[in-house]
Amino acid sequence: MKTLNLLPIKPNLNFIGKQNIFFIISALFLVLSIGSFFTRSLNYGIDFQGGIMIEIRTTQPGNLAQMRSLLSDLKLGEISLQEFGEPTDFLIRIQKQDGGERAQQKAVEKVKASLPPDVEYRRTEFVGPKVSDELFRDGILAVIFAIIGILAYIWFRFEWQFGLGAIIALCHDVLTTVGIFSLTGLEFNLSTVAAILTIAGYSINDTVVVYDRVRENLRKYKSMPLTALLNNSINETLSRTIMTSLTTLLALGSLYILGGEVIRGFSFGMIWGVLVGTYSSVCLAVPLLLYLNVDRGTGTDDAKTR
Amino acid sequence: MVYFAKWKVVLILAIVGLGFLFAAPNLFDEKATNDFPGFFPHKQVNLGLDLRGGSHLLLEVKVEAVVKERLNSLVDGVRIALRREKIRYKRLGHRGNGVFVTILQADKVDLAKSLLADIEQGFDVTVDGSRISVRPNKEGLREIRDATVAQSIEIVRRRIDETGTKEPTIQRQGEDRILLQLPGVDDPERVKRLLGRTAKMTFHLLDLDGSIEEAIQGRVPPGSLLLPLIESNRGGKKDEPRHYLVQKRVAVGGDHLVDSQPSFDNRTNEPIVSFRFDTAGGKRFADVTRKNVNKPFAIVLDNKVISAPVIREPILGGSGQISGGFTTEEARDLALLLRAGALPAPLIILEERTVGPGLGADSIAAGKVASVIGLVFVIIFMVIVYGLFGVFADIALLVNLVLIVSVLSALQATLTLPGIAGIVLTIGMAVDANVLVFERIREEVRAGRTPISAIDAGYSRAISTIIDANLTTLIAAIILFQFGSGPIKGFAVTLIIGIITSMFTAIMLTRLLVAGWIRRSRPTKVPI
Repeated sequence: MKTLNLLPIKPNLNFIGKQNIFFIISALFLVLSIGSFFTRSLNYGIDFQGGIMIEIRTTQPGNLAQMRSLLSDLKLGEISLQEFGEPTDFLIRIQKQDGGERAQQKAVEKVKASLPPDVEYRRTEFVGPKVSDELFRDGILAVIFAIIGILAYIWFRFEWQFGLGAIIALCHDVLTTVGIFSLTGLEFNLSTVAAILTIAGYSINDTVVVYDRVRENLRKYKSMPLTALLNNSINETLSRTIMTSLTTLLALGSLYILGGEVIRGFSFGMIWGVLVGTYSSVCLAVPLLLYLNVDRGTGTDDAKTR
Repeated sequence: MVYFAKWKVVLILAIVGLGFLFAAPNLFDEKATNDFPGFFPHKQVNLGLDLRGGSHLLLEVKVEAVVKERLNSLVDGVRIALRREKIRYKRLGHRGNGVFVTILQADKVDLAKSLLADIEQGFDVTVDGSRISVRPNKEGLREIRDATVAQSIEIVRRRIDETGTKEPTIQRQGEDRILLQLPGVDDPERVKRLLGRTAKMTFHLLDLDGSIEEAIQGRVPPGSLLLPLIESNRGGKKDEPRHYLVQKRVAVGGDHLVDSQPSFDNRTNEPIVSFRFDTAGGKRFADVTRKNVNKPFAIVLDNKVISAPVIREPILGGSGQISGGFTTEEARDLALLLRAGALPAPLIILEERTVGPGLGADSIAAGKVASVIGLVFVIIFMVIVYGLFGVFADIALLVNLVLIVSVLSALQATLTLPGIAGIVLTIGMAVDANVLVFERIREEVRAGRTPISAIDAGYSRAISTIIDANLTTLIAAIILFQFGSGPIKGFAVTLIIGIITSMFTAIMLTRLLVAGWIRRSRPTKVPI
């Protein structure tokens, strides 16, 4: 059976030489992400903001304008109405009501009473102010603890220079993912946090594989210039990096296209994370090692003495 | 690596076999699994509410209300105790979280203190000059809270059971919360309405001496209560008053009710609720009605008057009926609430997530399609890139999926929509371990090693990388499990299971397959 080599037998691309370009791209993207986060903030879903979300299916393609005026007559503050996947499906979002949990329930009842009786309620979600505050706090804690946990593991398994490089790459991935949600205005909810944590795991996974190779080569070639050694390490693991990203993207792409509307934001976040995670492992995490004063030890090449 | 110890081969095959065995029930109808022989696993994957449809409700028990009630009765207790011993006092009342009283006779403060300490358990008595305060202590508060929540759960269970919901999960969460999972509930609004009512019913005599007008302006006579008429009964008869002045003293309490049923009035055909008291309640009801013939008495539900009929004749049988302008549904629900009993404290809905059966089924279908298509793509891709070794990796991938399903079934973990996403993600990432090994083998071949030694080196060198890479993802997944709630927890579960099973299949199973192939075909070239 003839197999396909994704890359030339031994790729020899000069990643390290283009490090400045990568650093500039990443810096730009980080600035854009952070800037957008502080100016546009995030489109928080009800998980973190509290409020009501109702997904309905009408018997015929609904009249958006008519429904909108019907709902705004209820005077429940800001109501957003959007088509959701199909022309008969709609998502109604109602802002958090003043006056505690009971007021929210009243609003749900009001909306349901105002809609025609043959509407199918596909989903009703309501998150009160107390719970949304807790979910927000738990979400932030989860991301922080995940980063600390991963950091601790990297610290334990690698020298500190690698740990620092990996963490910079990881933070880059997390921040730009938050950034892309801010820039696109996609809803940021509990499953987005789950996506971010998974991305954190994936990104580190990718970085670890390349770093493992760097470490192995450091032991093997004690006198090779660091630039060349890093470049070699990237190239040697490049086909694996691409291969794994591709299979993961194949699975995620299928989830994004076929997995239904509910899960789409989640799959989008994951796809973005895989792309940016792969990029950062190769183009950031490794070149960063040049500046982190990697300990080369002394002595001659293992390869020669063996 | 080529030579596996026999016990290892047996162990690997046994794990795979067990995986198939535990996953098997999912191929059958749920009913069919009941007919399986006893030794055969019959647990299926437990679908989350977002997939099978249903309501998830998080409720909070307003324990403060009970504490306040307890303080109220404590005030009465203090008054009685001090009067009995003829101790003079002033400014007796409860504020915030305690009962306070000022003793006027300085020499009796100590006596008062010991009296008050004996009234009830779980309260601390402190003295500051002539002022004595009685506050519930930590244990006392906890006891009140635990009892209130436990009783609330019991009442909630009874109410839910009455609605006919199958397999509800009702459990305490945290200090004062109740988590309700109601699969397949078709009218969540009704359930919420039923839970939102305390349903405390009492019978009071009316205070006929006081003036309602003055009471409405805020001058309620002591010993009386000004209560509004329940909404459902307004507007029916024009002359019906909107407020009633009733005696604070409860003539008969709703805790004496033993049964209540919805029915229809014989003459007017109006929906009514009939009820029956226990023996003690029936006797008291008889006493009260005998002494107050031709006087009105009020039926009060949650501090609202349902109706205030005039007692025509003594009611001796211990049963009666309530008419209050109900619709049929209202009568049905009120009867249900009275049957199930009153909640000790109000419940508040903190969070609701209801998924209709339509969306649940659609999500399952979409999840299945996405998994299968993703799987097919990855399988084909692996074969294109790695040939025969790709086939080995694909076999491992399929076994991996079976193992995930079997672990989910055996542990009865809940599969949610994000959980399906976790499985799809695992499909993509599970091959990573194999990719690492195969790429390493390619390198070793290029470095000029013989096939067997290249394969050997490929496995032994890739393994530490595989473990490092998977452990980091595992850390993220475990933290997600700790902090996540509901569906997200489901994602973390499948991710954790997927990482572990994929490491097993990649390191053990494909290796076994490769080793078997080497032994059979003695390759001179690695087809990779």
